[in-house]
Amino acid sequence: MRRGSVRSYGLHASVKARARASGPSASVEDRGGDRGGTLGRWRRRGTVDYRRMMVTERRAEAPTRPVGLLGQPVRRVEDAALLRGEGWFIDDIDPLPNTYHAAIVRSSVAHARLSGTDISAALEVDGVVGVLTSDDVAALSQPFPSVLDVPVDYRPAAVDVVRYVGEPVAVVVARDRYIAEDAAERVTVDYEPLAVAATVESALAPGAPVLHEAVGSNTLSDRHLRYGDPDGAFTRADLVVRKSFRVPRSTCTPVECFGVVCHWQKSTSSVVAWCNFQGPFTTHAVAAHALGIPASRLRLITPPDSGGSFGTKSSVYPYVVLMALASRRFGVPVRWTEDRVEHLLASSSATERVTEVEAAFSSEGRLLALRLDMIDDVGAYVRAPEPATLYRMHGCLAGAYDVADVDARARVVVTNRCPTGLNRGFGGPQLYLPLERTMAAAAGMLGMDPAELARRNLVPSSSMPYTTATGAVYDSGDYEACLDEALRLAGYSDARRDQGTARAEGRRIGIGLACVVEPSVSNMGYITLSQTPEARAQALPKSGNAEGVTIAMGPHGGVTVRFTTTPQGQGHATVATQVVADVLGVDPALVDVRTDADTAANPWTVSSGNYSSRFAAIGAGAVHVAAGRLAEQLRAIAAPLLGVEASAVELVGGAARVAGEPSRRVSIRRLAGAAHWDPAGLPPGVDAGLATTAYLALPGLDPPSADDRINSSATYGFLVDVAVVEVDPETFAVKILRYVTVHDAGRILNPLLAEGQVHGALAQGLGAALLERHVYDDQGQLLTASFLDYLVPTATELPEPVTAYFESPSPVTPLGAKGLGEGNTMSAPAAIANAVADALGLEDVEVPLTPGRLWSASAS
Amino acid sequence: MKPAPFRYERPSSLEEALRALEEAGDEGRVLAGGQSLVPMLNMRLAAPSVLVDVNAISGLDEIATEGEGEAEGEGEGDRRYLVVGALARQRTLERSALAASCCPVLPECLSVVGHVPTRNRGTVGGSIAHADPAGELPVALLALGGEVEVAGPDGVRRIGADDLFVGFLTTSLGAGEMLVRCRFPARRGAVGSGFAEVAPRHGDFAFAIACASVALDESGRIAGARLALGAVADRPLLVPAAGDVLGGSRGAEPALRAAAAAAQAAVDPADSLHAPAGYRRHLVGVLAGRALRQAVAKASEQLTKGGSR
Amino acid sequence: MRRIEVDVNGSRHVRHVDERRLLSDFLRHDLGLRGTKVGCEHGVCGACTVLLDGAAVRSCLLLAVQVDGCRVDTVEGLAGPEGLHPLQEALHRHHGLQCGYCTAGILMTAVEMAGEAGPHSVEEIKQRLSGHICRCTGYAGIVAALSEVVGS
Ligand SMILES: Cc1cc2nc3c(=O)[nH]c(=O)nc-3n(C[C@H](O)[C@H](O)[C@H](O)COP(=O)(O)OP(=O)(O)OC[C@H]3O[C@@H](n4cnc5c(N)ncnc54)[C@H](O)[C@@H]3O)c2cc1C
Ligand code: FES
Ligand code: FES
Repeated sequence: MRRGSVRSYGLHASVKARARASGPSASVEDRGGDRGGTLGRWRRRGTVDYRRMMVTERRAEAPTRPVGLLGQPVRRVEDAALLRGEGWFIDDIDPLPNTYHAAIVRSSVAHARLSGTDISAALEVDGVVGVLTSDDVAALSQPFPSVLDVPVDYRPAAVDVVRYVGEPVAVVVARDRYIAEDAAERVTVDYEPLAVAATVESALAPGAPVLHEAVGSNTLSDRHLRYGDPDGAFTRADLVVRKSFRVPRSTCTPVECFGVVCHWQKSTSSVVAWCNFQGPFTTHAVAAHALGIPASRLRLITPPDSGGSFGTKSSVYPYVVLMALASRRFGVPVRWTEDRVEHLLASSSATERVTEVEAAFSSEGRLLALRLDMIDDVGAYVRAPEPATLYRMHGCLAGAYDVADVDARARVVVTNRCPTGLNRGFGGPQLYLPLERTMAAAAGMLGMDPAELARRNLVPSSSMPYTTATGAVYDSGDYEACLDEALRLAGYSDARRDQGTARAEGRRIGIGLACVVEPSVSNMGYITLSQTPEARAQALPKSGNAEGVTIAMGPHGGVTVRFTTTPQGQGHATVATQVVADVLGVDPALVDVRTDADTAANPWTVSSGNYSSRFAAIGAGAVHVAAGRLAEQLRAIAAPLLGVEASAVELVGGAARVAGEPSRRVSIRRLAGAAHWDPAGLPPGVDAGLATTAYLALPGLDPPSADDRINSSATYGFLVDVAVVEVDPETFAVKILRYVTVHDAGRILNPLLAEGQVHGALAQGLGAALLERHVYDDQGQLLTASFLDYLVPTATELPEPVTAYFESPSPVTPLGAKGLGEGNTMSAPAAIANAVADALGLEDVEVPLTPGRLWSASAS
Repeated sequence: MKPAPFRYERPSSLEEALRALEEAGDEGRVLAGGQSLVPMLNMRLAAPSVLVDVNAISGLDEIATEGEGEAEGEGEGDRRYLVVGALARQRTLERSALAASCCPVLPECLSVVGHVPTRNRGTVGGSIAHADPAGELPVALLALGGEVEVAGPDGVRRIGADDLFVGFLTTSLGAGEMLVRCRFPARRGAVGSGFAEVAPRHGDFAFAIACASVALDESGRIAGARLALGAVADRPLLVPAAGDVLGGSRGAEPALRAAAAAAQAAVDPADSLHAPAGYRRHLVGVLAGRALRQAVAKASEQLTKGGSR
Repeated sequence: MRRIEVDVNGSRHVRHVDERRLLSDFLRHDLGLRGTKVGCEHGVCGACTVLLDGAAVRSCLLLAVQVDGCRVDTVEGLAGPEGLHPLQEALHRHHGLQCGYCTAGILMTAVEMAGEAGPHSVEEIKQRLSGHICRCTGYAGIVAALSEVVGS
């Protein structure tokens, strides 16, 4: 499959992308520093044997002309340590001596008043330092703030009322985890049960138990937004398709759970916390607020390695607060390592969404208008960055389609379930399952092939950059070309024919399609759409998206890069190395990328972190900008030595040399030495010290407008998936016969990593399509709280996808790159649902498409 | 997720083990492969105060055949058994050539019991003693009509599979007793077996399991058939009615369908996490049919190869 | 507490351990061999897989006292002075790891396979991998890497 994918990658896709990416690619060249462009890179990829080390490769192949690493399938610099078991994950580091271990006592019921907690037996256990109770939490913390201006008292542990199973009610601190758990079992909690609202429907039902009395309603936010003239379009429509959908709770649950080590320093009332947090760093301020300390007194440090996150670890911060309180209360450093049951039960979950869709079509199959009524279940509290899931896709509510009129109602509802948070693709699966299922249904009603219906509605490449009804600016892409390629790779017309033949033999084969616009680099301002324009006008305008990078060169020419992109396996260090080696012309082996974040040492902004596929677009972009500044410094130092203007100096192969006269050169090591040892000898105007910090914010991102339009992300990629499935007519087991995914994510910085991201996202998308779901009973008990019951796909469940990539460079990011690590979580559930519905001739199917559900749907 | 404290005993003989179990009484628990018990200890779903680790007892992990000429109790002179020590690892039985020839359905069903690392450690006896209604081995033991050998304060006794599984995770082993051997009737003559299950993922506990064993007479008629089901009741379930329907028939489609229908009629599964009751009942019909069809086909193969029993 | 004597990656260790201490905790926190990871502590994820007398087992489902007198092999023992183990090399080449958290366990299963009579078919390799959860890679790179070393 690897081979297959690389093949399709190299040929058709590249040729077409090249042919079509006219405007945008030109603007990439304009920015300078970018040698080659799309065309050159494709050629190079054909000739470079990337199965060998890059450095020697470059020297052997191109002794005089530089061949950039960017765009090459450079193997990862991260692997050497990880393969040997030498990574530093949170539970592998012992940052402080004399650290004690916490075990959390959690609520066993979904909704109850706390009427008493007895910790006396726990305190008797040898080795126990103390038990932090609900009263301590109430006394020592402030409620977490939220963008929704509602009186919800959300704390790191329940105060007075528990609102979901697994909510912390006490923390035992002891010499080791075994003892802490012994003592936790001895804490007795008395509950006065309250009625439970375990689903959106029961939370909204008349007479439903109200979770937050001070709010008075379980609906925390209700916005109705209209763009264009949706009512008019519906009146004009020849066909109106109405459908309802539920995207259930699931979780990207990484293999490494959460971990926190906290120390509260009494003398300064400051906290240092090591944890495998991933940002967004907006929540750093939220945590500091809850601790009642200035943000500058909360030093957050992440270890260099994190065992996956996929959004979930954005929710570590309440535990940072909880452990900081425990440390404060008992005067010792406290470590908490989450176990799997805790993780599944109480850490985070994807947001369940119930959507009513109405879609207006003309008889020719033009999608005229969309009405979406979306209700997000955020669980018992709205925990920042929620309600991000509800608004992340706001700019692209009509997906890949050219739709002028949109009506959207967006509600945030609380239920007696675990609070939700970011999960890979957040907002995407919730939007695209309804949208793409509706398109498939419409195709059926219009008697049209779904691929044809999609084609008629895709935003045409000639309209790029295209502004959507809701305010997004799709920056580049040729959607139709991607569709064509996907259909070709899937053998679409043959598959349609075979489908009929198979059906005659009693086999059930189905084909499903999904077209997805994949946003990357969130505009933090989108969350403020949950406020009315009037409320927004009173507050600080928000459009955060910036990233910062520090780059420094040591006296021997080694380069250190620091940033706060908190990677969890995406290979940020490798890509940063590629960028730096290219821009500075140094051996990549001399580049050291520090992936550990430290709010006291690294550059960061509130939008820093690892979410919404930021790295390729803005993280690597910021590295590029920072490296460019360092390069300028080096050129300025080299210029007098070479006797030319700085502009005539190029940095190549470890040397600064005169452009066009490669023999006139001075080594970069020498320049670095000069800067460090002889600042007096530096040319006038050149700073002493070879270090610089650069911040990058992408253009085109503004706070929401007064009419609620927003460019909710900086850049927008595109993908088309085609799934061919077979359903066993007896057991209803679903087998994926073929899966094709074609991406246009702008310029690909490292095809190896890009492919890895696509495979990973697809695995999670297929998991959500076929296996993964959090199941609660009507009393709010989670039934899927272990890996025996929460089913994630393994090697035997996944197909070998065929992948292909177009490269329509983004005109808004420094390297022309867009994110691509989330798209398949958005597309796969829709593509598979369409295929399965097609196979069985079902109008409605629910994900995950378990055999039992398919049997039920077919039987009825 | 750490076990509560316990006293740990590591006897090196069966006698010592039985003594330790007797002393511990209700508070004691056998630790065999630990692949079911240790997860429960870690989650503190079980917290026995004494763990009797039986892994150091030698001689309880052999896989051998017994019977056929060797006088072995009354009325069994003509039966041959695959005898598997309780401590034999599941992986060892899965890869045993003897098992493949005597009871080919065992390796087949073991290949979907968890994963190699759990089977490297998990024992055959532990799987049967644990009596998970969705365990493959208990279903196979029942389908093959095997028995277990149990040692206790009062000596050794045998319990037939039909009498072994008495409830959810419950066997008829008495207090202080330990399962020491499993005895699976070895294939002889025109006998065939079949196994079918649907699980959400490879190696998972299944939505439903069917395992069948069929014996043909010289004329190719079914002389005896046993069908056992897993995961659809509180214990592995034998469906005598399926055997009754098939007895005397040639195992043609209508008879197989009738047997499958009998299997369906015999179960009343509950909704489970990932599969509604109706689906599981439907599956029982499908899987019973598949297992029986395989068993008949294999028995017929044996018949053409070389006569009946 | 019990005294145990264990050979880990060829080094002998004598320790006193609490009877209930899990082998995974013993390796990670008592011996400081933190390459072995813990992802579920109930036997499903495979991150903690090590070799016990040559067989791949879950270290989260064993008590440290149970390995008294045994040989345990962990990821730390794979690379030699000449460099990475061929399986480690292959995972690197095929981008068979992202966060790397599942990698140690997968390597130990792969090492077990490499010691068996091969070659292993792709289907077999997938079945062996089914005892390991990787949330990052979608397994394709891992399957490719293992196929190269233990496959046909
Ligand atoms: C990830 C995973 C997946 C699994 N999937 C499956 C599956 O698909 N199908 C399946 O059948 N099983 C599955 N299992 C369970 C596995 O098969 C266990 O090995 C088996 O259930 C118990 O055997 P054990 O030797 O590990 O017993 P232990 O866990 O040691 O003991 C289990 C119980 O049996 C008792 N016991 C054990 N041996 C004896 C004895 N000789 N005499 C009396 N009592 C005894 C113990 O006291 C305990 O109560 C899975 C396990 C894991 C971890
Ligand atoms: S930690 Fe042992 S299998 Fe998951
Ligand atoms: S690489 Fe992250 S879990 Fe496998």
